[in-house]
Amino acid sequence: MLTEYAFWLLSFIAVFSGIAVIVSKNPVYSVLYLIMTFFAIAGHYFLMNAQFLAAVHIIVYAGAIMVLFLYVIMMLNLNSIEIEKRSSIVKLLAVVASGLMLVVLAGAVPHAEVLIQQKESATPAGMVEDLGIALYRNYLLPFELASILFLAAMVGAVYLSKKNLNETQN
Amino acid sequence: MEILHNIYIQHYLALSIALFCIGIFGLLFRKNAIIMFMCVELMLNAVNIALVAFSKMHGDTDGQIFVFFIMVVAAAEVAVGLAILMMLYRNMHSTDTDSLNQLKG
Repeated sequence: MLTEYAFWLLSFIAVFSGIAVIVSKNPVYSVLYLIMTFFAIAGHYFLMNAQFLAAVHIIVYAGAIMVLFLYVIMMLNLNSIEIEKRSSIVKLLAVVASGLMLVVLAGAVPHAEVLIQQKESATPAGMVEDLGIALYRNYLLPFELASILFLAAMVGAVYLSKKNLNETQN
Repeated sequence: MEILHNIYIQHYLALSIALFCIGIFGLLFRKNAIIMFMCVELMLNAVNIALVAFSKMHGDTDGQIFVFFIMVVAAAEVAVGLAILMMLYRNMHSTDTDSLNQLKG
């Protein structure tokens, strides 16, 4: 019963702050609301017995990615309130397109009442031990490919954020 | 340890769909490129919720491994995307996506 309340509370926080992300005028507030959403999602991971994933989620998203966002906003000096002018036809089309997507996705949810925990698994499937075994035994090749992806992303980010090389040489 | 009693898979799918559609709406509605990036992150996280819920339903870890790889791709995407955004700001002096109209004839 208590976890049910926790589920609804966390869902409310996630959806509310998700809406607040897109309606705030100030980008800094958007980042802070997005961090709130991420904490609510991490709470959901805890409820679903995926403790290690919750910890990694907080570390990676709230700890690294959102700090990067805040840092870029600070460097670009974007914390002033900007008035955005979208034409009303584009706004209407945005509402229609996302509403249609909502209808399609909601229609795809089956009506079969499936409890979230069907099988009685002996070991909890969210601890670091199970995930480590699965990651290093069955998913070793994607794991190594992910490191190459990170290397490429790092080189790309460094190269892109440098000043133009030809200008500095001349 | 069983801590979820009366929560069905549909609850998590509904939450996931709600967050995903909020992300789509923000991506289409806002013009600030940083807000659009945040909406992409929101959509990725909505998918992660659905994957973890299915992983919990089936009682195996494969869905959670998928979530790990999505996090990896999201981190790489944010690093490169924010670098592109910095370059965009350096050239255009704004992060408004409507200022990117130089290809227009």
